[in-house]
Amino acid sequence: MAFAAFASTAAPPTDAPPRRRSPVALLLLLPGILYLVLFFLAPLVSLVLTSLQAPSEFGDIGQYSYAFRWENYVVVIEQYWPHILRSFGYALTATVLALLFSYPLAYFIGVTTRRWPLLQSLMLVLVIAPFFISFLLRTLAWKQILSDESFLVTSLKAVSLLAPDAHLTGTAFSVIFGLTYNFIPFMTLPLYTTLERLDLRYLEAGNDLYASPVQVFRKVTIPLSMPGIVAGTLLTFIPAAGDYINASRDFLGGADTQMIGNVIEANFLVLLNYPAAAALSIILMTVILVIVGVYVKRSGTEELL
Amino acid sequence: MTRLSLGKWLLPVYSALALLFLMIPIAYTFVFSFNDSLKSNITWRGFTLDKWLNVCAVQNGAVCEAFGNSLLIGAVSTVLATTLGTMIAIALVRYRFKFRAGTSLLLFLPMATPEVVLGAGLAAQFLSLGVPKDMLTIILAHTMFCISFVVVTVKARVAGLDPALEEAGRDLYGSPAQVFARITFPLLLPGILAAALLSFALSFDDFIITNFNSGAVTTFPKYIYISASRGIPAEANVIASAVFILALVIVVTAQVSAAARAKRQARLG
Repeated sequence: MAFAAFASTAAPPTDAPPRRRSPVALLLLLPGILYLVLFFLAPLVSLVLTSLQAPSEFGDIGQYSYAFRWENYVVVIEQYWPHILRSFGYALTATVLALLFSYPLAYFIGVTTRRWPLLQSLMLVLVIAPFFISFLLRTLAWKQILSDESFLVTSLKAVSLLAPDAHLTGTAFSVIFGLTYNFIPFMTLPLYTTLERLDLRYLEAGNDLYASPVQVFRKVTIPLSMPGIVAGTLLTFIPAAGDYINASRDFLGGADTQMIGNVIEANFLVLLNYPAAAALSIILMTVILVIVGVYVKRSGTEELL
Repeated sequence: MTRLSLGKWLLPVYSALALLFLMIPIAYTFVFSFNDSLKSNITWRGFTLDKWLNVCAVQNGAVCEAFGNSLLIGAVSTVLATTLGTMIAIALVRYRFKFRAGTSLLLFLPMATPEVVLGAGLAAQFLSLGVPKDMLTIILAHTMFCISFVVVTVKARVAGLDPALEEAGRDLYGSPAQVFARITFPLLLPGILAAALLSFALSFDDFIITNFNSGAVTTFPKYIYISASRGIPAEANVIASAVFILALVIVVTAQVSAAARAKRQARLG
């Protein structure tokens, strides 16, 4: 369902130069901006403050007071570095898989079916269809399909493609599989938006200059679809790195697949260790912002921001 | 010759298979909404329409209560986020003001922040202010993450609006309020509706942020999360399938009417 917004994220800047200066602008902006300051910026600040809290001296579990305990960060990194690394590893793998899965599909919808607009819009609806069914239920559906008693797994074992004692659910495979599946539409849509606007005459020019189809693809098609690739990889990587549904034990994960999101959830909502959860959140957000900044700069698509 | 035709068919066949793959869990959820299941809905026990006809019968209507909460939260946060976001979008395209870069950054950041951070941040703030977590805190959270998406969606529509139309209204002595109500708003309406639908969908399906800020209130996704360990009743599949069909009808209708409008305009020249 989020396709409309993501489609336009990939669009080139369409802003006409703003014309007027007027107090009306302030009236229009103020309520929304104030809202974001109160419920987005202020929470980030209180997250930073919470991450530096120390346990209250005589308090119960879950009682903390303001301090400047930056050691909290050292403690969570020492305790949870495997989860942190795993999160970014899983998210990166899922992003690459989603890109490989989506590019040919987006190319077909955006370029090949241009002559048949009805087929094109029907296929787009099918790409976003997973958004219409509950995120949690579609993940649970995969859990049943990949479970040990399922038709798929028993058949794979019958033809010896899978060892008799092997499992698919609760493994790194199933978590990455779930992350890839769930975020594929976020990858396909921005790719589609750029490929749909791809001027085919550039490809013909490449052909005329005796470039092989592979060369045309590498030197013309890929560079021209870069804005879509960048938008798609970010829209997949960011939610995948922070996700904790797929890796949850009740869904596709197991004891060895817990990601940083699972640890934040457990620390905040179960262990009531708010400083640890806050410190991990700040680490997650900082790493993601650094990655986004470097990636966008290196791929030369700053105008996306 | 054979190699050429193979290459020609490779992409369509791959695309068809890829779309089929995307449909698998949807089909699974739909099929299992007709399962004559007992407590959990894992093995196929035979076809029944019973779950569709008595959706609210299970667990004293817990599924329906959660669904009702999700609808209410979705509706209120959509109205709030669409109003605030549309105002920002108009200001961004139409006016010149200081702190433009800062405003853009403030709108971009919520979309680039993982949901778990947004959820934990708000929860930490509510905790330190001593605000009890209930329906209101969920609505406040959902409105926050929907605003940026509304701005992005409506902005495109404002940018495509011909200012000459509004100037014509002013030349004909329309007051600013009249020009907005009679010209600007009707022209922006498709974009605003798209943004509202998007907000509602984001709010309705959100689990991660809700989980941190809901206290004892159960939304539809939260109900599924809680029930996941002990088995999800088929009634949840019924609700999810019904929502799926409704969303599909809305989107297909919008696509068809947009295509018809484009055709009409093309005919008019």
